[in-house]
Amino acid sequence: MEFPGLFNYWVVIFLMMVGFYALISRGNLVKKVVGLNLFQTSVIIFYVSTGKIVGGTAPILIEDDHGVAGGAAEVLYSNPLPHVLMLTAIVVGVATMAMALALVVRIKETYGTIEDDEIQEQVLADELQEGARP
Amino acid sequence: MNPGELALLALVIPAGGAVLVGLLRASPNLREAASLITGGVLLGVVMQIHRAVSAGETPRFVLAEPLPGIPLELVVEPLGMIFALVAGSLWIVTTLYAIGYMRGHHEKNQTRFYIFFALAISCTMGVAFAGNLFTLFIFYEALTLSTFPLVTHAGTDAAKRAGRVYLGILLSTSIGFQLLAIIWTYLLTGTIGFEMGGILEGRAGAGVVAVLLALYVFGIGKAAVMPFHRWLPAAMVAPTPVSALLHAVAVVKAGVFSILKIVIYVFGIDFLTQLGASVWLMWVAAATIILASLVAFRKDNLKARLAYSTISQLSYVVLGAMLANTMGIIGGGMHIVMHAFGKITLFFCAGAVMVAAHKTEISDMKGLGRTMPVTFAAFFVGTLSIIGLPPAGGTWSKWFLGLGALDAGQVGLVAVLMVSSLLSIGYLMIVPVRAFFSPAASNPHGHGHGNGGIHEAPLPSLIAIVITSLCCFALFVYPDPFFRLMSMVAGP
Amino acid sequence: MIAAHLPAIQIVAPLLAAALCVLVPWKRVSWGIAMAGAVTAFAAAVGLLSRVLGGEDIRYALGGWAAPWGIEYRVDAVNGLVLLIVAGIGVVVTLFALTSVEREVDERRIPLFYGAWMLCLCGLLGIAITGDAFNIFVFLEISSLGTYALIAMGSDRRALVSAFRYLIMGSIGASFIVIGIGLLYVETGTLNLADLAERLPALYGERTVLVAFAFLTVGTSLKLALFPLHVWLPDAYAFAPSAVTGLIAATSTKVAVYVLLRFFFTVFGVTYSFDELSLGMWLLPLALVAIFTMSLVAIFQRNIKRMLAYSSVAQIGYIILGISFASVTGLTAATLHLFNHALMKGALFLALGCVMYRVGSVHIDALRGLGRRMPWTMAAFTAGGLSLIGVPLTVGFVSKWYLVLGALEQGMWPVAALVLVTSTLAVVYIWRVVEAVYFGEPSARADSVSEAPLRLLVPTWALIVANLYFGIDASLTTNVAGQAARALLGGAP
Repeated sequence: MEFPGLFNYWVVIFLMMVGFYALISRGNLVKKVVGLNLFQTSVIIFYVSTGKIVGGTAPILIEDDHGVAGGAAEVLYSNPLPHVLMLTAIVVGVATMAMALALVVRIKETYGTIEDDEIQEQVLADELQEGARP
Repeated sequence: MNPGELALLALVIPAGGAVLVGLLRASPNLREAASLITGGVLLGVVMQIHRAVSAGETPRFVLAEPLPGIPLELVVEPLGMIFALVAGSLWIVTTLYAIGYMRGHHEKNQTRFYIFFALAISCTMGVAFAGNLFTLFIFYEALTLSTFPLVTHAGTDAAKRAGRVYLGILLSTSIGFQLLAIIWTYLLTGTIGFEMGGILEGRAGAGVVAVLLALYVFGIGKAAVMPFHRWLPAAMVAPTPVSALLHAVAVVKAGVFSILKIVIYVFGIDFLTQLGASVWLMWVAAATIILASLVAFRKDNLKARLAYSTISQLSYVVLGAMLANTMGIIGGGMHIVMHAFGKITLFFCAGAVMVAAHKTEISDMKGLGRTMPVTFAAFFVGTLSIIGLPPAGGTWSKWFLGLGALDAGQVGLVAVLMVSSLLSIGYLMIVPVRAFFSPAASNPHGHGHGNGGIHEAPLPSLIAIVITSLCCFALFVYPDPFFRLMSMVAGP
Repeated sequence: MIAAHLPAIQIVAPLLAAALCVLVPWKRVSWGIAMAGAVTAFAAAVGLLSRVLGGEDIRYALGGWAAPWGIEYRVDAVNGLVLLIVAGIGVVVTLFALTSVEREVDERRIPLFYGAWMLCLCGLLGIAITGDAFNIFVFLEISSLGTYALIAMGSDRRALVSAFRYLIMGSIGASFIVIGIGLLYVETGTLNLADLAERLPALYGERTVLVAFAFLTVGTSLKLALFPLHVWLPDAYAFAPSAVTGLIAATSTKVAVYVLLRFFFTVFGVTYSFDELSLGMWLLPLALVAIFTMSLVAIFQRNIKRMLAYSSVAQIGYIILGISFASVTGLTAATLHLFNHALMKGALFLALGCVMYRVGSVHIDALRGLGRRMPWTMAAFTAGGLSLIGVPLTVGFVSKWYLVLGALEQGMWPVAALVLVTSTLAVVYIWRVVEAVYFGEPSARADSVSEAPLRLLVPTWALIVANLYFGIDASLTTNVAGQAARALLGGAP
């Protein structure tokens, strides 16, 4: 296997790990959400970059010399499908973000904090009061 | 009505009786009458089926087919017939007894008691008439579940704890071992039906057969083979009629009956003898016989002593099955009957003492024989039958078991049988002997004559006691119907 | 005419209902719309499954775009059954929701609740019916987003935290799945599952395929809460509104298992997944550990909803165990348990919903002595519990039977024994509750309650009756499951 291989993969993996690290290490819920978003964005970049061909044009039917649409032979173009898919993925990502941030707002309203450890203390207090834990 | 439908009827009648009892809960007299009538009708139906079976018929009825190729079906063969006869005839007697006992003892929730009692009998009939391993397993489990409310009837902490042990052992052994063995059998043979001569021959090697047999013997926890016997003493917290009918007859006999049935119709006695796969289990049964007797010695509570005696006696049947020869099987089958009548008499007496004299410990029963002569006379008869002395029915089963052990060339086992009989003289005979011949303990309340205010148990209970003890004699004189049925099973 | 478009109706009905639910301001009307959507979806599922069992292989080009370009919906015995489970449970639980949700969810949010409810149902059905890999991801996210919202509407404030945690875990899982799908596309140039299955065998040696396989497996395992990726599940189930717990416990993990089955067997093929990668060797221990530890953990839970949630993780272990055998019997067991577990857990959670409605708590102390006050509810709980244990004549027994048969077929008799022994752990945790219910002294609060209203009891008992019916006559379910198993293994049905 050649090293370092395709550089776009490296970018994707780097971004993904940054997001993942933020997700795990941060106690602040908003930071966690941002980390998650970074994580998802790296996937989008991955898809988009796989469709790209160096020197390829936009996937548009090009007329040949006689004016027949799509008649031009051997036109190099980028694969549009991954790009289209990512439109959907972006929508999904935005929805997830919105959902997550809405939850953070509700959590702030109920618990008065968005720090994970402080919330955890209150949750534990709830459980003790309920007798769910010995 | 054809015999197959009659077999179904034998299941439906007690279940219908349960419903009737529930409907009549407002009036205890009508409710008890309903119980008795259901018992009578059931006995009549079982007798009818018996006539068909003696004529060589094999009634069948398919209820449903839950899994493809695995029907829920009833088949009446002679061994099941014996079990159904015993359970059917003793149910009505026990109901009679229970009426006296439950009222005399002022038990609560009597309607619930009679409902689950009837349901348990329905399940027992299902076990008796099960046409294949799957059906047997289902009714076996249903019996466990339907008797659970009876065991915990008192609702006290002790009862709850006992209920936990009861369910824990019976369910875990049956699901863990028995079900595994059934599915394994199905995998090996492609069938789960009972067939004369067994279904495993030629389909499994000696090693697999040995493992399977062990899974069955220990998986049928109701047979109370040590070390899975703890549930039976635990179940003694139940009201005495339950201990009498269910934990001396229906439930425990369902266990040993299943073992007998599986040995005969799944393994086949010839196949088993040929492989010798059951020899070590004979000794497990023998060990249970002796150990349980020794424990019984140390129990002062009468019901607990009887429970350990039951554990010991159950292993006689298991032993008979493991001997896997004609005499052993006949002895095992006969012992189901003989022990049933003997032990139920003993339990009836224990309950009678509890109701009439409020005594549960054997050491407190000195001199009681003079105030309760009928009860203790009956206890004496029951004891004779358990020990296996003439003129009581228990003589026959021990005789055949002894012959079976000799046929199998196991002289050691004959010795075990002897020793066990001696032991049971020691721990059972002492009870009536003390009651009649020891002077009464001095009464702390100073009523002058030792057992002031104590008299015999309520009349219905007394009648029941007399009936079962007479049966013990009758079975000595006339064991023929059961012997004939067993010979049909065990071959010439 | 309509029959030809059943696959589209399957998805469009709940999707449309979702939009309408949000638009109307009246809670009863929005419930009516949701119910109509659920019933339509159920009718479509019944129609589809009956056609599949008639020997038809349904292919439907969505919007008229043929397969390689457009999205294709494809139904065979496997997803036909999954559709039926999801839509059927959907109807029953929606019926239950009417009364239960009014008690547990804020009045103003009820139309929104049913909007999310229908989105969730639509997503689950969509995952099951689609024949396009990327479409699976889209529907997965639709259902997940709906579920996060639904869980967050639980009356306990811990619901918010558990919804957030589920969101994080779920999104990571979904991203893994989408990476896997992307890698597959890079390798093969198609997203159609059937085409993928055709092109992949030539590429078995490729590292990219292996990586795709790994991403898909881990992502889906997160979604189906395979041990040890289950940590989000117990709290999510415990604090969601009762009706929601009933819905997601019965359907969402099942659909995730379906995705797993689809990828392992149809797309990658059994030779790749099980012969080359010996996946069975990995799944088997995980499944056993899940069954054993989670059953043990369930025993010590005092919140009964959480107890059942842990039990769900254990039950998923049974399904995975069946899959790990990669044999017809094993897969039959897995598919059967998919169906059966939906029935039993649905029934159990709905029974708890009845308790929640009357008592306001599902803590074991709150349940004490309820046997006399709420006899029908508690009888339903006991019956559902027996089914979970695997008592004969309930569906639980049918699953166990095939599972043990499958294990013995492989010669793994210790595994078979372990399956049965762990059933006794279920006895312990179910019996703890039954004992409290029937023998416990009622608390002051429990003493004053009455039986749950009929509108809650009817759906609960509908599921219990199904538990018993399919336990007594399992010919239909075993037949479908058998057909599904053979379809997955690629043999002729």
